[in-house]
Amino acid sequence: MAIITPSTTFHGYRRDNGRVGVRNHVIVLPVDDISNAAAEAVANNIKGTLALPHPYGRLQFGEDLELHFRTLIGTGCNPNVAAVIVVGIEEGWTKRVVDGIAATGKPVAGFSIELHGDHDTIMRASKQAKEYVHYATALQREECPLSELWVSTKCGESDTTSGCGSNPTVGNAFDKLYAMGNTLVFGETSEITGGEHIVAKRCANDAVRERFMFMFNRYQDMIDRWKTSDLSESQPTKGNIAGGLTTIEEKAMGNIQKIGKKCRVDGVLDKAEMPTGKGLWFMDSSSAAAEMVTLCAASGFAVHFFPTGQGNVIGNPILPVIKICANPRTVRTMSEHIDVDTSGLLQREMDLDQAGDKLLECMLATANGRWTAAEALGHREFVLTRLFESA
Amino acid sequence: MIHAVLHEAKDTVAVVVVEGLTAGTELNAWIMDEDRIVQVRARQDIPIGHKVALADMAVGDTVYKYGEDIGKVVAPIQAGQHAHVHNIKTKRW
Repeated sequence: MAIITPSTTFHGYRRDNGRVGVRNHVIVLPVDDISNAAAEAVANNIKGTLALPHPYGRLQFGEDLELHFRTLIGTGCNPNVAAVIVVGIEEGWTKRVVDGIAATGKPVAGFSIELHGDHDTIMRASKQAKEYVHYATALQREECPLSELWVSTKCGESDTTSGCGSNPTVGNAFDKLYAMGNTLVFGETSEITGGEHIVAKRCANDAVRERFMFMFNRYQDMIDRWKTSDLSESQPTKGNIAGGLTTIEEKAMGNIQKIGKKCRVDGVLDKAEMPTGKGLWFMDSSSAAAEMVTLCAASGFAVHFFPTGQGNVIGNPILPVIKICANPRTVRTMSEHIDVDTSGLLQREMDLDQAGDKLLECMLATANGRWTAAEALGHREFVLTRLFESA
Repeated sequence: MIHAVLHEAKDTVAVVVVEGLTAGTELNAWIMDEDRIVQVRARQDIPIGHKVALADMAVGDTVYKYGEDIGKVVAPIQAGQHAHVHNIKTKRW
């Protein structure tokens, strides 16, 4: 029997804007680097809150600043978040983040440090955070159609077993979710190099194809502008090469296995943009694990599929990251990080359909509240993508 | 036992999927798309996840995996040898 059907449901948190989350975080979000200390102090005072420190937010401008706001606001808007405390050094940009998140209807309040100092800011923000924890912990999960679950994917510390085993497992699950009308995303623009013709062929129409090729070429231009070598050891990474991957083309072919055999690419997003409909989206994005997963969270995704070969240990503060691995050595040596073992694929002990179902089973358990390995191990990598230097 | 896997019959390299593979081993290489086994003798020790060449290749030849171009040969390769960064390079960047 199929693991998922049109009548499959899960128990999630329905937010005021209609989106469904699978976690119920109260986050304390700094607007800038110098507000981290106050944000972390609030999270230390009030149990059940989570600070998201990061190193940026000062003197950024242009597209880079827009991306900064989009990422912070998107993180606050994510349905896995119940309520948000925003802390910034001054009022203006703090308010901009608060207003962006308030559009979802969820509780959000901003606190700025200038004219108050850390102590007073921490006290005021802590009082509000405590109220938000009471609010969030009173919320109940409710039954929701599976199609309302937004699922993202990005692989990491890949090796050749990724392309043969763990990535096709995600592809099989994506094909099945696509048929159910779920909203899905993949990306890693540089890591499509050598397979861009295959993704272009999968685009739903010419407009999507043109937009995809625009994003692909924009990233290639950036690499051409800055490169000092053929990028070996950066892309593929040293870990990829240790795992047996030789060229970017080979890595790209493995990467593309994640979009399965049937789903079409229905739309293209810039970094941290939100999808406007169901189907499979391509998001222009970094191939670095924490950057890409942070962008997926900012785009509103609720569960993440992360296939690995050599054993990337990444997690995210608000987006549960499910690790899939087909390398028997990694499954043996790093078992505490692996949620779904599909190493049987490489010995014909399981087929792709079974592997895909095993992942979907884990996805449903995760959506219903079971913690992933990365959550239990405390992996909370929150890494903002930068486009260029500060002013 | 499957020692190596490849995606399509056109592929000129396969991925070793067992640990501790030593030179001289007669490899069962599974063509996943066709569910068929081909054989090649390993000429070198090859670590798990690394590739074994399925054909002799000359400098400049294109290497195929997934039935697609994954780079060019930069040092001669014999069938059964370890195929990696010492004899294959990207055609991009």
